[in-house]
Amino acid sequence: MSFEVWQVAWFTTWVAAVGTLLILPPGIALGWVLARKNWRGKTLVETLVTLPLVMPPVATGLVLLKLFGRRGLLGRWCESVFGMEIVFTWRAVVIATAVMSFPLLVRTARLSLEGVNPRYEQVARTLGAKPWRVFWTITLPLAARGLVAGAVLAFARALGEFGATIMVAGFIPGRTATLSLSIYHLVQLNRDNEAWGLLTISVALAFGALWLSEVLLRKRPAP
Amino acid sequence: MNLEIAHLQLPLTAFALEMNARLGARITGVFGASGSGKTSLLEVIAGLRRPAAGRIILDGTVLSDAASGAFLAAEQRRIGYVPQDDALFPHLNVRQNLCYSHFADKEGYRPEITYEHVVAVLDIADLTERRVASLSGGERQRVAFGRAVLASPRLLLLDEPLAGLDAELKERVIPYLLTIRDEFGIPMLYVSHNADEIVALCDDVLLLERGRCVRRGTSADLFAVSAAPHYVLKPD
Repeated sequence: MSFEVWQVAWFTTWVAAVGTLLILPPGIALGWVLARKNWRGKTLVETLVTLPLVMPPVATGLVLLKLFGRRGLLGRWCESVFGMEIVFTWRAVVIATAVMSFPLLVRTARLSLEGVNPRYEQVARTLGAKPWRVFWTITLPLAARGLVAGAVLAFARALGEFGATIMVAGFIPGRTATLSLSIYHLVQLNRDNEAWGLLTISVALAFGALWLSEVLLRKRPAP
Repeated sequence: MNLEIAHLQLPLTAFALEMNARLGARITGVFGASGSGKTSLLEVIAGLRRPAAGRIILDGTVLSDAASGAFLAAEQRRIGYVPQDDALFPHLNVRQNLCYSHFADKEGYRPEITYEHVVAVLDIADLTERRVASLSGGERQRVAFGRAVLASPRLLLLDEPLAGLDAELKERVIPYLLTIRDEFGIPMLYVSHNADEIVALCDDVLLLERGRCVRRGTSADLFAVSAAPHYVLKPD
């Protein structure tokens, strides 16, 4: 396979990894809040978080385009504060993959954190541990396998992102071309043989990530 | 120890927990059927639940006062809590469980309660490197007691700690609780629905029914021998 093919594979893996790392802290935090707290409007937040999972990805991409475009609310802010453009750059690919993977991560994180018996946290508090210490020493280690599995699942979802990415980042070879965008582009040009090569890499990456996620979830000890 | 519970109210599913009592015995028993509000009472005293009304004061320290809004967080109360399922942290070994409180705020810690002393008193020196999943029921309970004692609690709350053990094992574990009382001078609130345990351990007993203390007295006042060595509640 050519250098370009491996470059696309590397770029896709890299943006998926960066996107997943970006959503890890807010995803776990939101999962914890949803698992442990009750407040008015919780259902609304849950619905909003899940929206990208069920909305057409292209529609989510359009929202992102409007938000991060030069005249968009966040686009103008990023340009004035950091001096950086978002849309049609690698940053847009990272944002698109992060937004599309976020619901999966939050749902898995919530389930993992709900699986931790609150008695452990309560007893830790009676032993003098402050809430942050309880979280780091009890909640997080006991939910770790599920959280890692959720992160791997989010990463796998990010690898295959297409609809939102094409809207907000476009297909720019060498800048925003991911595996799925490149496969689509090659098929459009009737270069099926090259598309098959990319497809093989896509399947291998997605299979590996999902397999790892399954293994981690199955090995989760009963808390 | 002087624990004052005044006009306490906590709404539960079927009834409200209501309590007005001043407790000072070395081991106070709370006796009642399942679902009578015993665990909820311990959770309120431990600071794990916030009562709707009333005041709880331990040795002059206001733990909670609904009228003024005062509420001391569980981690600041120094009240030990051993739940029915012992709740040993499954990802830590015995030594790490025992030492968990050592990283907490040292204020109020009693220097005479050392790791070596507690481990020796509870006969758990041989277990310290074991995973908690490999412990027997009696061993788990002794480790749970040790972990709570090592936090130098001003009061130890025990929620049916022997419920999962058979009669023979209970008889072996009860002396350890008496040793904790005598060796470390830690007062306890012992919750159970088992009359034999209450008689063996408690100086002062509260009988709880649907969230209210309906009778109070010594073990001799409240219980009578049925078929020796078992006890039953005397009729009112």
